[in-house]
Amino acid sequence: MHMTNPIFNLNKLFDSRVRLGILSSLMVNSKVNFIELKALLGITDGNLASHLKALEDNKIIAVHKGFIGRKTNTTYSITKAGQSQFKAHLAALEAMIKAVK
Amino acid sequence: MDEHQQSLADLQHIKKMMERSSRFISLSGLSGVSAGVCAIMGAFVAYPFIFEEKEILIYPAIGIIQAMAKDYTIIFNTWLFWIAAATFTAALLFAFLFTWRKSKKEGIPVWGATSKRVVFNLAIPLLAGGIFIFRMLFVSDDNSGLIAPACLIFYGLALINASKYTLFEVRQLGFIELILGFLNLWFVKYGFYFWVVGFGIFHIVYGSYMWWKYERK
Repeated sequence: MHMTNPIFNLNKLFDSRVRLGILSSLMVNSKVNFIELKALLGITDGNLASHLKALEDNKIIAVHKGFIGRKTNTTYSITKAGQSQFKAHLAALEAMIKAVK
Repeated sequence: MDEHQQSLADLQHIKKMMERSSRFISLSGLSGVSAGVCAIMGAFVAYPFIFEEKEILIYPAIGIIQAMAKDYTIIFNTWLFWIAAATFTAALLFAFLFTWRKSKKEGIPVWGATSKRVVFNLAIPLLAGGIFIFRMLFVSDDNSGLIAPACLIFYGLALINASKYTLFEVRQLGFIELILGFLNLWFVKYGFYFWVVGFGIFHIVYGSYMWWKYERK
């Protein structure tokens, strides 16, 4: 890949604080459930769900439907593709900062 | 905000989120306070048995036979074992109760990925310590002076080990327990007092501090 202007390597999909938060959490935890994410990010159910849906549609995260007793327990994990894209995004952010220094 | 500042802010946000999501932050300071109170109460009950004002064996007649046969089960025939077991259970129960209450308030599952990691990482040095102390007592009769320092050292290591996955103060408390344990190795006669300071006083001090810092409204 030819790196002229690092801004081209920034991923539009990750252009949101909520999505950055979701992916940061999934990078360090193999599985995180909806309630944990909500508590971490401090946002509403609807807002979180729409961001999760977008990430799922782009195959950045995988959704696992499970049960704890009778209650549904939906957990999320990052996919291989999601990991490499997020790492590329981080590298691009770093490159942006270094370019200015 | 220009692109540069935006990138920097994003990276800092990512770092913070990674940090926060890998730690169990619902640990309540009151868990520490209650554990400390249990420890002091346990020590109070155990005092006359430790300083030999009261018979340590529950059934002395059976104890003599057990001692001669080097029977492991003699440990269950001592008051101290049951006082220790009750103290430990009560401390654990109250610690769980206060943390459960706090996590419920915050909407974080008490038995989630992060709390499991805390418990698992606490358990490794604690189990190792338990087995070590158990064997130590049977290898020689006069190792009892090492019980308190061994408890403090292994507990300190457990806290340091688990602190990577929970509140930062746990690490400081771990080092305090470790240092107390080492000091105690040179003053083995005073194990009881070191134990009370380490498990009683410092739990209360740190628990109150953590409560004051994170939970005070």
